[in-house]
Amino acid sequence: MDFDLNQDQKMLAQTVADFAKNESPVERFRQLRDDDIGYSAAVWQKMGELGWLGVAFPESVGGFGGSFVECALVIENLAATLVPEPYLASVVLGGFALLRAGNAAQHAAYLTPMIEGETTLALAYSEAQSRHDVSAVETTAHVKGDGYALSGRKVWVLNGHHADHLIVSARAPGGVTLFVIPRDAEGVTVTVAKTIDGHKAAFIDFDGVVVDSDARLGDEGSGTAVLERVMDYAAAAAVAEGVGLASTMLHMTVDYLGTREQFGVKVGSFQALQHRAVDMYAETELLRAISMASMLRADEDERSVRVGDISSAKLQLATGGIWVAQQSLQLHGGIGVTDEHDIGLYFKRMYALNALFGDAEHHVARFASDTSFAEAG
Amino acid sequence: MNLTFTEEEEAFRQEVRDWIETAMPADMRERAQGSGGFTPEDSATWHRILYDKGWVAPNWPEEVGGTGWDAARRFIFEEEMELAGAPQLSVFGLTMVGPLIISFGTDEQKKRFLPKILSAEEFWCQGYSEPGAGSDLASLRTTAEDAGDHFIVNGQKTWTSYAQYADWVFCLVRTDPDVKKQAGITFLLIDLKTPGVEVKPMQTLGHTAAFCDTFFENVKVPKENVVGGVNQGWTMAKALLGHERTMLAMIGPCRNVLQKIKRIAATKTVNGRPMLEDPVWRAKIARLEMRFRAHLMVSYRALDDQQKGKMPGPESSILKLVGTKLIQELTELAMEVMGESALTWYNEGVCMPVEESIGPYFCYERAATIYGGSNEIQRNVIAKMILQLPSS
Repeated sequence: MDFDLNQDQKMLAQTVADFAKNESPVERFRQLRDDDIGYSAAVWQKMGELGWLGVAFPESVGGFGGSFVECALVIENLAATLVPEPYLASVVLGGFALLRAGNAAQHAAYLTPMIEGETTLALAYSEAQSRHDVSAVETTAHVKGDGYALSGRKVWVLNGHHADHLIVSARAPGGVTLFVIPRDAEGVTVTVAKTIDGHKAAFIDFDGVVVDSDARLGDEGSGTAVLERVMDYAAAAAVAEGVGLASTMLHMTVDYLGTREQFGVKVGSFQALQHRAVDMYAETELLRAISMASMLRADEDERSVRVGDISSAKLQLATGGIWVAQQSLQLHGGIGVTDEHDIGLYFKRMYALNALFGDAEHHVARFASDTSFAEAG
Repeated sequence: MNLTFTEEEEAFRQEVRDWIETAMPADMRERAQGSGGFTPEDSATWHRILYDKGWVAPNWPEEVGGTGWDAARRFIFEEEMELAGAPQLSVFGLTMVGPLIISFGTDEQKKRFLPKILSAEEFWCQGYSEPGAGSDLASLRTTAEDAGDHFIVNGQKTWTSYAQYADWVFCLVRTDPDVKKQAGITFLLIDLKTPGVEVKPMQTLGHTAAFCDTFFENVKVPKENVVGGVNQGWTMAKALLGHERTMLAMIGPCRNVLQKIKRIAATKTVNGRPMLEDPVWRAKIARLEMRFRAHLMVSYRALDDQQKGKMPGPESSILKLVGTKLIQELTELAMEVMGESALTWYNEGVCMPVEESIGPYFCYERAATIYGGSNEIQRNVIAKMILQLPSS
């Protein structure tokens, strides 16, 4: 057992933390909130040059052959200042789906350029009726000539408003299948939707979009298994980001308690508030510890092993992470509910993460229905 | 980073498991599997079995009777003991005063006391709290007056758990009333057979006689029974507290109760099927097990630090806070799962034996958030020491 990061991982985490602090303070996110895209192509390219987009991908596709731990470290440290580039959407969702479902030619055409920071990806998997069930796909892929014609509607596609390529799940004759489609393909209609956390997503309509068979990723029917793996990566990524948010919120709150004066004393000297802050600390450390387990387990092939820690971690985000967010707002008092103060931006991001990749009920049910649950009795 | 125990560590786990299987007397095993209720005699019997094997004091250095295991092996050993439902050994000698004597005692004290703690010839209890000194321990008033080669001790200690079975008590006593209250305290070892000592057991909520009041009236205690020097008692108390921290994480007890909950839920039915197959009950149980996993990871981190010889990180300070709350939530859930059987109170043949153990244990663990420094005191300390919030 070893909870220490290796030398390379420590350096990566430090580099990302320095970048977030020095080159992308929260002010940068604020400026980009109202932008049509919401992030900067130049910064994305820089992330590619620094190698951050490829940390967890094999060298054969232009990555650095690391593990998911490196990916999670990047995400956790970018969260400290709410860096707006679509790392989770493009690297974890789009990138991992492509890596697991695609062949070498598809990797070269779509994955490598993303790793280099030239393009971004989005994963269009969710539908209005699917609620965390990646196999509940009503979008269809009918055989047409040598290829397929896709029709249906995808919702809340993260980075779907700007991604160069969309990875889309659709029901083909052989079952749920993934396809890669340029966002500007004929028959694709993108409707931009603003999200609570100041980002953008898209509702995307596919109206008989014609694609060649080489747009199909893997065999027909292979989509659900890939998406289930990707959802575990995404949940672990959300938890890692939650750790970054929670520890930043805790720091901000403790600082505030040590500065703000009322009744002639620092409010942090009040026992009621001290005890609350300690409980925030406890929930943050629980989240951090289980996040370490979940980022390690994400690469495990055995489902039971992944479910145990990743679902527990996502539950801790839904309970402890959300609670830290709530209390940090409460302890800031009136200033906490203004847009002017940063604490509320973190608060809203935590709620966004909670809503994505399975909520508490989803993960509790998943944990409880895993065979290892009853065996453990 | 990796989360796995090494092959050698897993082999050690199997060795411990196999040994417990054969070493535990049949009647004790039956109680472990069933009610889980043990008497102090059971505990003493198990203590002697472990002593004969050489495994009674894993946390002691090898040269004074420890096992020489590293932190991971000690952790695995504890886990396996709890998992098997083995009786808990009296902690006052093995975990508390023993390690303190090892660190701060004189050679004579080591020779006099340590072997008999190991062999279970002498049991210990703790004399800290007083009727007027609980969370504010430093305000204690039991006095030890200098009378040449000995002290004369007068006063009352309370919550001296299991004093009625103990031979010795380690006490905090006031030796100097004229200095800052923490500075006038001494750590003193007192033979309970000395004239003037009176022990009065009282019943707990769980109807075990765990607690006692212990009275001292002109009790003569030789000066060689001071540990760590006169007026150094507060430093000793703080050193001792460090030993308690990981013990109070409750990892073993939580696992044990989770198992019991599932055993009960697999047997009892709701809407015509086992509760463990009912989605609502499954989810309730799962939620606590998932929280336990997060708590387990915090304690694994502390273990990893220990294994590497580092001071435990600040996060280990939350282990007592989270662990004691969790064991209470788990025993509460066990009561809920039992339904009307939660009414049972020391019956035989009325409910399943495993159910009979729950009520008293549930009551017993209400103390967990109070002893070892109440959880409110823990929060005060963490707020000050770790979050560095301003004092009032």
